[in-house]
Amino acid sequence: MRLINLHPGKRGSKILAILPFVLLFAAYLAASAARHEANPDDKLLPTLSQMAIAMRRMAFTQDMATGQFLLWSDTAASITRLIEGLSISALISFVVGISVGMVPYLKKLLVPFVAAFSMVPPLAVLPILFIIAGIGEISKVTLIVIGTAPFMMRDLILRVEEIPAAQIIKAQTLGGSSWQIALRIVVPQMLPRLIDALRLSLGPAWLYLISAEAIAAQDGLGYRIFLVRRYFAMNIIIPYVIWITLLAFLFDIALRLIQSYAFPWFAGAKSQ
Amino acid sequence: MRGIRISSLCIPRIAEGWLFNDGRLLMLTRKTFLKSGAGLAAAATIAPALPARAATKKKFTLAWTVYVGWMPWPWAAQQGIVKKWADKYGIEIEVVQVSDYATSINQYTSGMFDALTITNMDTLAVPAVGGVDSTSIITGDYSNGNDAVILKGKTKFEDIKGQKINIVQYSVSQYLLDRGLQLHGMTERDVRLVNTSDADMAAAFLTPDVTAVVTWNPIVEQIDADKGAHNVFNSSQIPGEILDLVIVNSKTLDANPEFAKALCGIWYETLGIMLSDTPEAKKAQAEMGQLSGTDYAGFASQLKTTHLFSSPEKAADFTKGSQLIATMDHVRQFLFAWGMLGQGAASPNVVGIEFPSGHVLGDTKNVKFRFNAEYMAMTAAHQL
Repeated sequence: MRLINLHPGKRGSKILAILPFVLLFAAYLAASAARHEANPDDKLLPTLSQMAIAMRRMAFTQDMATGQFLLWSDTAASITRLIEGLSISALISFVVGISVGMVPYLKKLLVPFVAAFSMVPPLAVLPILFIIAGIGEISKVTLIVIGTAPFMMRDLILRVEEIPAAQIIKAQTLGGSSWQIALRIVVPQMLPRLIDALRLSLGPAWLYLISAEAIAAQDGLGYRIFLVRRYFAMNIIIPYVIWITLLAFLFDIALRLIQSYAFPWFAGAKSQ
Repeated sequence: MRGIRISSLCIPRIAEGWLFNDGRLLMLTRKTFLKSGAGLAAAATIAPALPARAATKKKFTLAWTVYVGWMPWPWAAQQGIVKKWADKYGIEIEVVQVSDYATSINQYTSGMFDALTITNMDTLAVPAVGGVDSTSIITGDYSNGNDAVILKGKTKFEDIKGQKINIVQYSVSQYLLDRGLQLHGMTERDVRLVNTSDADMAAAFLTPDVTAVVTWNPIVEQIDADKGAHNVFNSSQIPGEILDLVIVNSKTLDANPEFAKALCGIWYETLGIMLSDTPEAKKAQAEMGQLSGTDYAGFASQLKTTHLFSSPEKAADFTKGSQLIATMDHVRQFLFAWGMLGQGAASPNVVGIEFPSGHVLGDTKNVKFRFNAEYMAMTAAHQL
């Protein structure tokens, strides 16, 4: 039997999936315990109870300066920015992607521009963005849009081009206008693909969100991490990182569920 | 705070640490990546070996970050002054630059360095609260105008009321602001703070919605040059409160006093050269300026707003004085009010601060921050 043909059973699969998490967790606990034995006030690797206390305070105690429950107000602020940014990005890319993909004149006009624009590192234009959009909410949302829209646009242009020519030709022989073809043939096929593009953009979107919050903000998950980092509060940073990871994971699952629920045909179409 | 004070403006990289060096989040430069990544892993795995650090050893590290009051260190290393003094005591001293100030403190606190350049406030907030007993052996300078509150279009400090202030929160900037508000009968409830990276402060000031900033040099100088900018309060109005120190892990110090002697020797020999009225002094200052990403003029102008304790006598006297005790009391009250003395802190007394007289502020059983004038006095008495 070759290694590449050996498959774990159902239970074995589950155990294997959990194993890396358990190992990481155990290594952390051991290292944390060792450091706390040497120094009970150690800040680098806080114990579980230290993190639990910190999180209870962040989640269920009013902050004395703002009167808010910080974990929730941070989460709400960040998610709002993320959703605003990704929605604008998705809308722009959908409209531009489909029109450019379908209309040869637009393709000649915009494809080189979008390709060039997508190469601009968004964080490098941040100082310019600050001057144009200020350092408030607009610049944070704009950063997410600049960071994710070019990729989604290019992806959608390519997907439109992938539509079998036969479909477009057939629609034309049946008398469909450009507008009708766009609405009836291209848009329905592009919607689930937009969700794919969105899923892939989630990582970059979080990246830009957190970097924008690190630079100037009054709330947000990234803001909190970069703030408490000043006094080495790993007992807040580590749970926040886990929380962000969990949120990102949930976003991804939600998008996948929407996709499979709203476009049940798509999974089959993709596998062909 | 300190951070990339000078280079942040000259070199396009951002001071908030391992943020963006290449325009991407968490993209460390190779150097810092290796340091922080490998360091963190090493710190975690060799953790049980930590107590052994207290033993006598021969190799020591001093970490520094770019700031006008700390530039003598890399220069002394370059000139061979560090090696000269280390050789004298039969030890090795490595002078390590860390690109980001906050990171340097965190690394020192996790046990990666023996000595660090740091402010009095940050020593209390991070290593001391983190249980790392630290001793300040050199009181190097105090900020004498390097930190400032700047308003746009308003000329009185009182006008700050109700404004949104861009500031690096939890830094000495916030301490300065708090002291200013206190001295003018206000509290932080009268203003709103927006945490803003020091690297973007100057650009932020140019945008219309930013009307008040608290920041440090060289950013202060840059913003002051703006027509609408009014420097309404600065650290020269609270002289001697924002101190720049060299701290050493107390366990290491107890086992290896020669390390502290060598550091004092290096420091005052270097100050002697750079503060003399000679062409060598100008050359030294120009080279320190270059090391920090500016030039002679830039460095000299920052020196003007920095009160360097030019002799070991002056530094020792200041460290033994009663003003320092009052200052540290302000500092710990400030940190306590903002929750930076730890979550379990019931009062500002949780951590003890010891002064050369033996006086202890706070818990005498939990002294984690010690001001020591002994080595400065020895230097003054030519006993090194």
